[in-house]
Amino acid sequence: MSTPLAHYLILSAVLFSIGFAGAVARRSAILMLIGIELMLNAANLNFIAFWRFGPHPEALGGVMFVLFSIAIAAAEAAVGLALVISIYRQRETAQVDGMDTLKN
Amino acid sequence: MPNEIAFILIAVFTVACAVAAMTRRQLVHCALFAAAAFAGLAALYLQLDAEFVGFAQLMVYVGAIAILIVFTVLLTRGDEVRSNRSQSSPSWLAGVAVAVLVLAGIALPILLSPALWHAAPVATGAPVKRIGEELMNRYVLPLEMVGVLLTGALLGAVVIAMREEPAVKPPSRSLVPARAESEEVVNLR
Amino acid sequence: MKGLDQIFISTQHALAGLAPAPLQPLVSMVLIIACLMSVFGACFALTTILERKTLGRMQNRFGPNRVGPFGLLQPMADGIKMIIKEDIVPFSADHALHFLAPLVLTVPIWLAFSVLPFGRNMTAVELDAGILFFFAIGSASELAVFMAGWSSQNKYSLVGAMRAVAQMISYEVPLVLSSVPVLMAAGSLSLSDIVQAQSGCALGWLPHWNVFTPWGLAGFALFLIAAAAESNRCPFDLPEGESELIAGYLTEYSGFKYALFFLGEYLGLFAVTGLAVTLFLGGWQAPAAWLEWVPSWGWFAVKFSAIIFLAIWIRATLPRLRMDQLLNFAWKFLVPLALINLLVAVAWLKTGTWRFPAAAEVRWLLGASVLAIAYVCLGRHWNGPAPRPRQYSYAE
Repeated sequence: MSTPLAHYLILSAVLFSIGFAGAVARRSAILMLIGIELMLNAANLNFIAFWRFGPHPEALGGVMFVLFSIAIAAAEAAVGLALVISIYRQRETAQVDGMDTLKN
Repeated sequence: MPNEIAFILIAVFTVACAVAAMTRRQLVHCALFAAAAFAGLAALYLQLDAEFVGFAQLMVYVGAIAILIVFTVLLTRGDEVRSNRSQSSPSWLAGVAVAVLVLAGIALPILLSPALWHAAPVATGAPVKRIGEELMNRYVLPLEMVGVLLTGALLGAVVIAMREEPAVKPPSRSLVPARAESEEVVNLR
Repeated sequence: MKGLDQIFISTQHALAGLAPAPLQPLVSMVLIIACLMSVFGACFALTTILERKTLGRMQNRFGPNRVGPFGLLQPMADGIKMIIKEDIVPFSADHALHFLAPLVLTVPIWLAFSVLPFGRNMTAVELDAGILFFFAIGSASELAVFMAGWSSQNKYSLVGAMRAVAQMISYEVPLVLSSVPVLMAAGSLSLSDIVQAQSGCALGWLPHWNVFTPWGLAGFALFLIAAAAESNRCPFDLPEGESELIAGYLTEYSGFKYALFFLGEYLGLFAVTGLAVTLFLGGWQAPAAWLEWVPSWGWFAVKFSAIIFLAIWIRATLPRLRMDQLLNFAWKFLVPLALINLLVAVAWLKTGTWRFPAAAEVRWLLGASVLAIAYVCLGRHWNGPAPRPRQYSYAE
């Protein structure tokens, strides 16, 4: 018996919530970015699972979407981490609660 | 049966690495566990017969994004463990609670719909030739746009992270003619 | 001589046939793994001693010649020394990462051997996207270098590791870009298809190997340069340069773990050499039809040894590049040249239907001239004039 689709979807949901919890609960900006990358990866897993189990797998819809998603995630990670480095140079901290000068 | 066992092993490994990535104190450990989680996901893509995506995931996420994260951790001195302050934000419990609610919200419809529990259909695979053809025929516009986006991201990241040069150069240097320098050298001899 | 050519395959089938039917794929895989590990392990031992002797001869001295006849048992002495050495781990080191780093380096490189075609029908795993697997696995081993440097909690190790990782990711781009024309010409990412696409002879005597085309020659040179930088070989071995940073990211490693790093570096060299032979030199194919009596894995071994000798020769000859020179070289010279190589390859493939009498020579001249102009412009023209002869000022 091979694994049904639901197993992949539940795994993807678990990974998404772990990424979400990490992105919300940790202070460091880098960890928020890692959480966001985990969420993107969970969504990619969802796409590939539905592509594999769904109708018309020869249309390669899921595969195409995931390829573009990986490329865009790479671009976003690069720019996000460049921002973190640049802010660190200004403020000597990479924790997000040191970056709230617009507050109040 | 081997398929099921492989899936369970890879899934447990990936979830464990993801949890470790989000909860460790040392940032470098978090980055390396995240890289391991990405590798586990690449193994899952390979199990789902998406070869090209699996190898692309390894190359991009493990080979590039993980290294980028590690470099950023080193450049922002994240490896100093702060023992007096907590690493988590003050409302971390609320965040975890919302995450559990999100998990419940996504997982409940999955558990309740019977159509998702069937076995897999026969694999057609994703031959690389087909991916190339699709990229050039149907998805050529997204391909070009992603190219432009990546170029923009590359230039943007370099510009944002560049160290700023001092804007004003001392003007006296350019006004000294070369002749005066050679006169000074001759006088010193 | 088909028997000798397929001797490995027939041995594998015979031995796997001895096992019960459901276990046969597993036994077959174990046999392939055992064969690969033993052959490349022996190759590693042989290369260490041959390299030291060749370096010695090129530097007008003997290499090691005490241990066996002509020093050929030196690797055994080295192995015994490495195994019985005390395994020192610094007190403040991160023990788990320090232990895992050599493993994370070596395992992906062993995996990379599984897609190389060593002879006719002799690929361990036939993958549709074989070359992408190779490059992905190569990029996965860069994290191990960083792990080694960071876990030692040593400033020199960390600086060495950062330099090594920066060098490896910079040279990945020309490595992949210089192999793209080959993929275009072959129309497939599978390494067996790439070898098949280089079969046959043009003009009656010149094989269709990719190195005999202008873009193939330039691509071969680019690939070898980028491959030497990827495996931290001279002249790109600043990260482990002994006069610069003690041993760079390997400083805190002793004994067997150091031997594993050493093994990983040489295996990386073997893997990219195997890939260079497959992509550019026609893989396991003989140069001419009358030389087909030598088995295909024999031709692979001959070409492989030739490139390893070239790598050792370059190590003996060229001085080490500085870090900023390294990175400038990669980004400002190799990447534009690789892109222009791609354009020349496209032009070559598009003019493949020309049929007038001197067509082949004209195509060759066009491609070679574009590449030569690009090389001269990128090399000297835009990077400033040649340094002036030195003016010495002596004390009076």
